[in-house]
Amino acid sequence: MSRSDFEAVIGLEVHAELRTKTKIFCSCPTDFGAEPNTQCCPICMGLPGSMPSLNRRVVELAAMAGLALHCTVSPISRTDRKQYFYPDLPKAYQISQGEVPLCRNGYLVLKTAEGERRIGISRIHIEEDAGKLMHENGKTLIDYNRSGVPLIEIVSEPHLRSGREAADYLRTLRAILVSCGVTDGKMQEGSLRCDVNVSVRPVGMKTFGVRTEIKNLNSFTFVEKAIEYEIARQIALIERGEGVRMETRRYDAVSGETVLMRRKEQAEDYRFIVEPDLPPILLTETEIEALRQCLPEFPDARAARLVREYGLAEKDARTLCQDVALGNYFEAAAKSCAYPRLVSNLLLSELLRHCDGAEFVSPVSADRLAALADLMGEGTVNSATVKKLLLRLCEGDFDPRLVVEQEDLGQIRDKAKLRTVALEVIAENPRAVADYRNGKNAALRSLQGRLMAKTGGRAEPILSEKIMKELLKEEV
Amino acid sequence: MRELIKRSLAEHRIALDAGDYSSLELTRLYLEEIERRDGDVGAYLTVTAETAIRDAQEADARRATGCVRGALDGIPYALKDNFCTDGVRTTCASNMLKNFVPPYDAAVVSRLKAAGAVLLGKLNMDEFAMGSTGETSALRRTRNPVNENCVPGGSSSGSAAAVAALEAAFTLGSDTGGSVRQPAAFCGVYGMKPTYGVISRYGMIALASSLDCVGVVTRSAEDCGTVLSCLSGKDARDATSVSHPFPKFSQYKKDGSRPLRVAVVRELMAEGVLSSDVRHALQLAEKRLEELGAEIGEVSLPSPEAALAAYDVICAVEAASNLARYDGIRYGYSEAAEELFELYAKNRSKGFGYEVKKRILFGTYLMGKDQRALYYDRAQQARAQIRERMLGIFKQYDLILSPTASTPAFSTGTTLSAAEQRRADLCVVYASLAGLPALSVPFGKNADGLPLAIQLIGAPFAEGLLLDMAKRLEEVTP
Repeated sequence: MSRSDFEAVIGLEVHAELRTKTKIFCSCPTDFGAEPNTQCCPICMGLPGSMPSLNRRVVELAAMAGLALHCTVSPISRTDRKQYFYPDLPKAYQISQGEVPLCRNGYLVLKTAEGERRIGISRIHIEEDAGKLMHENGKTLIDYNRSGVPLIEIVSEPHLRSGREAADYLRTLRAILVSCGVTDGKMQEGSLRCDVNVSVRPVGMKTFGVRTEIKNLNSFTFVEKAIEYEIARQIALIERGEGVRMETRRYDAVSGETVLMRRKEQAEDYRFIVEPDLPPILLTETEIEALRQCLPEFPDARAARLVREYGLAEKDARTLCQDVALGNYFEAAAKSCAYPRLVSNLLLSELLRHCDGAEFVSPVSADRLAALADLMGEGTVNSATVKKLLLRLCEGDFDPRLVVEQEDLGQIRDKAKLRTVALEVIAENPRAVADYRNGKNAALRSLQGRLMAKTGGRAEPILSEKIMKELLKEEV
Repeated sequence: MRELIKRSLAEHRIALDAGDYSSLELTRLYLEEIERRDGDVGAYLTVTAETAIRDAQEADARRATGCVRGALDGIPYALKDNFCTDGVRTTCASNMLKNFVPPYDAAVVSRLKAAGAVLLGKLNMDEFAMGSTGETSALRRTRNPVNENCVPGGSSSGSAAAVAALEAAFTLGSDTGGSVRQPAAFCGVYGMKPTYGVISRYGMIALASSLDCVGVVTRSAEDCGTVLSCLSGKDARDATSVSHPFPKFSQYKKDGSRPLRVAVVRELMAEGVLSSDVRHALQLAEKRLEELGAEIGEVSLPSPEAALAAYDVICAVEAASNLARYDGIRYGYSEAAEELFELYAKNRSKGFGYEVKKRILFGTYLMGKDQRALYYDRAQQARAQIRERMLGIFKQYDLILSPTASTPAFSTGTTLSAAEQRRADLCVVYASLAGLPALSVPFGKNADGLPLAIQLIGAPFAEGLLLDMAKRLEEVTP
């Protein structure tokens, strides 16, 4: 069997640090990089007698993340204690959400080579971060600055099928969360971290294989590489007849391999109990709606609106909305223009060719593009002229309408004038004329081309073609 | 001069305002009494004489300039040693926290500081508030000031003993399942467990968070109301605290529109449940209330077996969770160890006493993923039902009259049989499970001179009514 005989089943648990000024249960700051243990208080140190009070902003940001990912936001959720012993966890329990998370049943739309795929998001819950252990000279030191920093955990369904796809999912997820202001998404500072569950199974099999978990991946590349390595490792194990064991692994960036951390003989028992120090988290419909209003417009919704408001073709609208800057540029131009479809056409088929770089930056201002579309739409100039003007605008700014006037670039729609030119063309091209009259329709295009050349590309195309046809019919 | 320490808070206030004596003089009198008596009583674990003197002088200075902060300004008091006090060691009477000095004040401590009260020291208790005789304290043995051969009750042993021994004007304790009411009954003083959430728990070292209440111990009902008024109210640092228009003390009028309706608990009055002296006191209290115009009815306590089991399970589970943080890494009892697991095992095995370890093991077992649904979840359901049924009783009655304990204080070293313990617990757990206010009221003495007590339980936020009825009973106490 080979790689293609197996299917990988991948699910991600993403931890995103929320963009709040203060911690989740106390008023300590969340700034990154402070001196160890300088942003702590009795609450985030879990001192005896201290009690948590929930930072409401945490609930709001987490709910916004849920709304952005099409989740159901629970009007009532609760906090639970997830209990385990470790020195970085000062209360010996992490306040998290167990059975009743804040958000459930969402999805994220992933654009893949095979088209769009919906990756299910089973839940999003809020929780507190732990402190950080630092091992120095055989000693272990603990920094509790991070203890109590608010996190959301976003758990995907096992819908991903490759390392590449998982990395794309993470990229898309990050972009959405950052655009909502939920997290700063700084992976190098640990604001976004990812645990990956991977298993493999023969293609066509419905049950899951034994999975391993790779902990704490903090770059897109590592996610992709770690998963690909792990898939290959698991397939090799199966092929050798050894079987995969349930275990927690970590990714070694230097060797590019995943390394065993610990075996999980059975699922860990975190002895969840409802947090008795905190009342249930309540969110009214009104509050949820207000949060929805705070969300930025996401690509799909924006595309639908562009179709609705500007009459664009759906495909064009989607293309324009893939990049926020591109969409903004289009709307800026379309707003002050009577011909938004022409703006879209000029932008997508002409202007984009003159833009390079990862992010869209137009060499032509939106006003100028709008002016070009207007000139064309109202019939002042034809498309050939517009393309020329657009090229010139890429070189340097000018007022298109003024230049059209000054350089007399406007379309020739005067019938007498067009007739004169057409007669000249007919006289000068007897062979093409003969071809046309013998039934070669293609000859008309060549004659029309001559006519355009003679008018400097300014002849109104439809009118001039009509005149040309009439003349050819007449002079038998 | 020494007689002054018996006075009520209101009398102190009047005398201090009149300049009859100063807070400094009063504080010194209490400190002298501690010096004189506490070697025998053993109520205190820490006496903060120096800061008490300084605080008293400041109170006097305020008074001199007419800036009195209220009823408690300059009044000397003491705290159970599970309230965190900034810079003053807070031990929970455990070897685990023997040297723990908190860097912050509990909410009630802040309130009392702001009110100008003078802290005399920290009081002995059962270790981490687990126990009902004071005998699980790892640090000291507290004796009942009324009869030093008897236990003071617990877990707020020092809180009750100090008030009874005149070693403080008032004290605070904590009541999870009777821990203020029962020692108050044993020592012959007033012990109030308010409605859950009325007083902020912030900074009170937790036993079982959903049951824990700050309690008040005083020598009169009126004193109790004074302290309660100062401490009650919503606190942003305790999310479970509540803001409720606190019914004013003395709100209930004897000649009100309808008679007071009092329920007596049928099961507890049955032959053989209570010791005869306690039973007699209860019957007498019932008669007195009737004479005061109350209508007496009988009720049954809902599902006693379920109530006791639910209490044991919830208390053990939450205690195991709350006490998991004591690992000796950041503070507390600590020994050198080679490995992490060894460190946990050593520190927790040696830092905690027997009763604490027993409950941690029990609670940890009960919340395991295979047990939780069977025990903890069912206990919570039972609790919710019991609360509903208790609230149902208060649709028909204004208060429940019951004993606080099934017996008076017993001799040191007595081991209660399971049945005795069960009867003792039955008296106190309902108010705890249902989050209701309950007040232990001293009510005469038995033939051996040991204090007897009754308990008044009210609907949520009925503290005012309880105190008012207690005050009326005070006037007719045998």
